[in-house]
Amino acid sequence: MTETKLEEQIPPEGGQNGEVIAAAVPVEGGIAEHARTYLQRVRGGDMGSLPAIIGLVALSIFFWAVHPSFGSLGNFANLMQQAASSIFIAMGLVFVLLLGEIDLAAGTAAGVCAVVMARLSVGYGWPWPASIGAAMVTGLVIGLATGWLCAKIRIPSFVVTLALFLAFQGVVLYVVNNGAGTHGNISISDNFINGLDNGQMANWAGWLLVVILVVGYAAVKLSATRARAKAGLLAEPYSLVAIKVLVLAGVSVLAVYLLNQNRATNRTPTVVNQGGKLVKVTPPALDGVPWVVPLILAFFVITTFLLTRTRYGRHVYAVGGNAEAARRAGINVDRIRISVFVINSFLAAIGGILLASQVRSVDQNEGGGNVLLLAVGAAVIGGTSLFGGKGRTFDAIIGGLVVAVIANGMADLVQGNNGPAVQYIVTGAVLMLAAAIDALARRRAGSSGLG
Amino acid sequence: MGDEPILHLQGVNKSFGPVHVLRDVDFEARAGEVTALVGDNGAGKSTLVKCIGGTYTLDSGVYHYQGKPAHVRSPRDASALGIEIVYQDLALADNLDIVQNMFLGRERMTGLTLDEISMEKAAQSTLEALSVRTVASVRQRVASLSGGQRQTVAIAKSVLWQSKVVLLDEPTAALGVAQTAQVLDLVRRLADQGVAVVLISHNMLDVLQVADRIAVLYLGQMAAIVDRSSVDQQQLVELITTGSSGDRGLGRPAAQPTGSANR
Repeated sequence: MTETKLEEQIPPEGGQNGEVIAAAVPVEGGIAEHARTYLQRVRGGDMGSLPAIIGLVALSIFFWAVHPSFGSLGNFANLMQQAASSIFIAMGLVFVLLLGEIDLAAGTAAGVCAVVMARLSVGYGWPWPASIGAAMVTGLVIGLATGWLCAKIRIPSFVVTLALFLAFQGVVLYVVNNGAGTHGNISISDNFINGLDNGQMANWAGWLLVVILVVGYAAVKLSATRARAKAGLLAEPYSLVAIKVLVLAGVSVLAVYLLNQNRATNRTPTVVNQGGKLVKVTPPALDGVPWVVPLILAFFVITTFLLTRTRYGRHVYAVGGNAEAARRAGINVDRIRISVFVINSFLAAIGGILLASQVRSVDQNEGGGNVLLLAVGAAVIGGTSLFGGKGRTFDAIIGGLVVAVIANGMADLVQGNNGPAVQYIVTGAVLMLAAAIDALARRRAGSSGLG
Repeated sequence: MGDEPILHLQGVNKSFGPVHVLRDVDFEARAGEVTALVGDNGAGKSTLVKCIGGTYTLDSGVYHYQGKPAHVRSPRDASALGIEIVYQDLALADNLDIVQNMFLGRERMTGLTLDEISMEKAAQSTLEALSVRTVASVRQRVASLSGGQRQTVAIAKSVLWQSKVVLLDEPTAALGVAQTAQVLDLVRRLADQGVAVVLISHNMLDVLQVADRIAVLYLGQMAAIVDRSSVDQQQLVELITTGSSGDRGLGRPAAQPTGSANR
């Protein structure tokens, strides 16, 4: 009885069909497997935005602990409005940094675009679409010129943009002090332009944004995972996709909930005389998601799509990784080089517009000072490499928030005359730290063989 | 294998200013064979390869491809014909993965977006067809690969593009013993698939192990093209260093520069 059973269980001799076992279908790892691989990558120096996210959380907790008003609702919204211009300039810089180039003139280019817009809007009374459009065209022209000088004349971008950095300061001065309208400090009166950085969305629009964001992300993730699984390729487990979607949903619901609360500082009702009657009037509520949030998200989605899903983006990474290999593969390296400067200056123009919108005016030093360094800092802190070939526009957003948190928190923390001094030193130190992490991660990636 | 050579150059001359680098060089490569191109430093190997690949244009001489005269004036012309050069310094981008590198410059698209799935499957099946088992995942970044694996990817790229002639410039120069064996294996399989492989190498052992025929350049002239079976290492070294060995090679009025009469 048992013997026959045993015989039946003996598998037939293999190989009678001469079957070739195809390369084993990769076993889909569970979440634990993915977490382990991720940890391995981090240890190997491929950290992405992880240091920046940890820094963002740690800095926020620190500033909140030492200065509770840092955590107020008003300041939360403020942070995003302060970060917006840096984030836009930094998103542009990511493209340039991906090629291992640098644009030292991004800040003053943003300034030129801002003063052009202000001069046309205030001095010549151009409507906002025309003046904003002119600022954007200015950005495109600046990028084209910069890219041409770097790619065709072959001047190192460091030198080209250092020269332009100086020249643009002069252009800002010229535009501010000449032409129709006020000279020197130009106050912007256009409500749309001022509202770009200072305006809020209606509460329902904030919730709509959450729905679009979460549903869109889930749809993209799920369809990609399904297509890969269907094609028999290694795909993320659905549980991991679910966790990612839930985290995004949680963070965005919380953020929109908080931003939809009334954050006006003055809420005491006043009694006013309206047509002979005394009426109790409560001051207008200040609530809603700042308009800069959907603006940043929109450009983040567009640039990410461009970099990760299109042939153009692939070629940008290739030129940044090995320009010679890209050239041999038939990629027009000069065209890629010019194009990243154009994208960079275009996004810098939007950064400049937001810079002007934030303070509702432009001045003789528009886009100067630390505007550039904050933007470069934002990109590098976020995890974009200064050596080229590695970076995402997501880095610019995370890094931009870190920089804004530092500026905002330090302003509260260090009162008095030395405030700006300490702020400069701390921001410089953080930038140095981020660059050091970048350099060390690169060395580590080299030695561990993980890229 | 007495059929027409797929690539046939006759009387090629190339000068850089006063320096006459290639003199009346004849060269041929046949489908399904590994033709080794050897010679001392400065013999003109790189120049000849660059002439074939279209980086340099010929000063004079005839360039025949598949029995027909071809005009190769740029690397693009050469790729269009199906001639691919795998360079010594490896034209791979470290920050991209294997799939991205293999399809670089020739990405498959669905509309505006990259067709990652079809590219990944094609890369996988190409590596499988070459019996490459050393690569864990085609989504690995090239930076994480060993020298031999990189060479493998670079060679597989030419297979993926169905190149008919593949020129390998010192593919084993920087590799260890085991990896060299792997790459030479791959070179053999490449030829077995019907590709005409031209192997440029300094390493006598590699050449003798894998080549079907050996072309020896000496000071810009083709000293001889010999069958692998008809030479030993000593004769080959003699040909490389002096341009002649026994009745083969240059220096004898009767000898053909191509050495074709000696085969």
